[in-house]
Amino acid sequence: MSIDILVSLIKPLLVLGIVLTNTIILIWLERKVVAGMQSRVGPDRAGPFGILQTLADAIKLLLKEQILPLRADKAMYLLAPIIALVPSFLIFMIIPLGPGFDLTIGGETRFINLVGADINVGVLFFLAISSLAVYSVVLAGWSSGSKYPLLGGVRASAQMISYEAAMGLSLVPVILYSGSMSMSKIVESQSGNLSSSIPVIDSIVRFIPNWNVFPQFLAFGIFFVASIAEVNRAPFDLVEAEQELVGGFHTEYSGFRFAMFFLAEYINMFNMCAITATFFLGGWLGPTFSGIFPPLLSAMMPTIWLGLKTVGLLFVYFWIRATLPRLRYDQLMELGWKRLIPISLIWLLVSAIVLGIRDFGLPWS
Amino acid sequence: MTEILLFAIPAFFIILGALIVVFAKNPVHNAMGLVLTLTSLAIVYITLNATFVAMVQMLVYAGAVMTLFLFVIMMIGVDKPDQSKESIKGQSLLISGTLIILVAIVLFVILENGLNWALFFPESENIIDGTPSLIAGVMFTSWVLPFEIISILLIVATTAALALAYEFKKSDSND
Repeated sequence: MSIDILVSLIKPLLVLGIVLTNTIILIWLERKVVAGMQSRVGPDRAGPFGILQTLADAIKLLLKEQILPLRADKAMYLLAPIIALVPSFLIFMIIPLGPGFDLTIGGETRFINLVGADINVGVLFFLAISSLAVYSVVLAGWSSGSKYPLLGGVRASAQMISYEAAMGLSLVPVILYSGSMSMSKIVESQSGNLSSSIPVIDSIVRFIPNWNVFPQFLAFGIFFVASIAEVNRAPFDLVEAEQELVGGFHTEYSGFRFAMFFLAEYINMFNMCAITATFFLGGWLGPTFSGIFPPLLSAMMPTIWLGLKTVGLLFVYFWIRATLPRLRYDQLMELGWKRLIPISLIWLLVSAIVLGIRDFGLPWS
Repeated sequence: MTEILLFAIPAFFIILGALIVVFAKNPVHNAMGLVLTLTSLAIVYITLNATFVAMVQMLVYAGAVMTLFLFVIMMIGVDKPDQSKESIKGQSLLISGTLIILVAIVLFVILENGLNWALFFPESENIIDGTPSLIAGVMFTSWVLPFEIISILLIVATTAALALAYEFKKSDSND
């Protein structure tokens, strides 16, 4: 019993540590990658390769004066940054980081699974919590008592509702294909390699891992586009379009409260990439090289694989940001409602029919 | 003890949120109070082993419906305090009367049973996990007809909303 409580206490602390360290590296990585793509140097003063730049920025923001606008709605103004941070930490809790291991303390052996909370409706939890994240943006925009943040807030609520529908619909075929809503079960269902009943195709696809991205490529595309819109990244960053809205919903925020929004945005981005990797790229699955690598490194390989996949997706995020111009507002809405949602509905229908035939045979046979 | 704590903390926030909904002057504060109530209610569902219902509650009510409420409040600009006036004659009297009756019933039940905790936490013989597959199994076999009727009802409602909101162009040649 006491070990259970200890584990439940240690897990959130570990998540906090992992998430905050990740963010520091992530912000540095983005600045370096985008700088490289734009033929600049990027941060290079603080620490080796400028890796301590984010830390310096964070300390600067911590020490800055926090301004409370006169026309602000005080309670909501103070609440909004907190609402921004809480969901981002909660979502990280459901990402499976590895296969789990047996831990023996004082002669008592216990199975520790490397996930904050392994709930049987993990997919729904992810969607539910990410739908709560809208409130931070809306409230921040409204409570600032200023025009630009309000416009940013209104844009955010419309955008996030639209793209959440597409995101949720694109996940349904994945759930159907994996047969479970639990995140760890979805990862386990992607183990092994692809196979086919037709020998010719089988000999080709035998070497491709059984990741959801191959059978569910369209769902992956929709989910990826919708996830970029959901975390308000370029080219869907109309919420904080610098050229139109100054800073968008966080224009009036300064000091540490601004840092909280900034932190939440990067945590959300990391979460989104880790979740995309979990749903479509096999999560922590990958060769562990047991016997070749030392045992400890071999045991850590699943987590390293998940990290590599996540960083790869993050690189694509940065790449897109450095390449594509921002969408116009009506184009954004059109893409969401007239393209992504109908395509995901049709894809859901097609996957359901194909899976039905695979599992139950043709209806007339 | 854990059960009482797990119930008492969300219950406190449910009541707090409900009070904010009733007493806060600003419509945005009212909406956020309702979000607090709905989210805390989801926690109570989780303690009752109904994780699926809890997640749907968060996703649909706390997430989608309340965001739309907030969106409308912000868009049509009623986000200013003190717009309270009675639209139905004597509505505050009617509502307070109903409330008093409800509270009286609850108090009567509590006093009759002498603050018996077993009344609030009944011992269940067989605990059923509200998994999605269980709910789907029941919904698509025994209750498939009501399910389909509700889906038709929703489609009709959506079409009706579209027909009301969409401006049909009479003829394009006139202008």
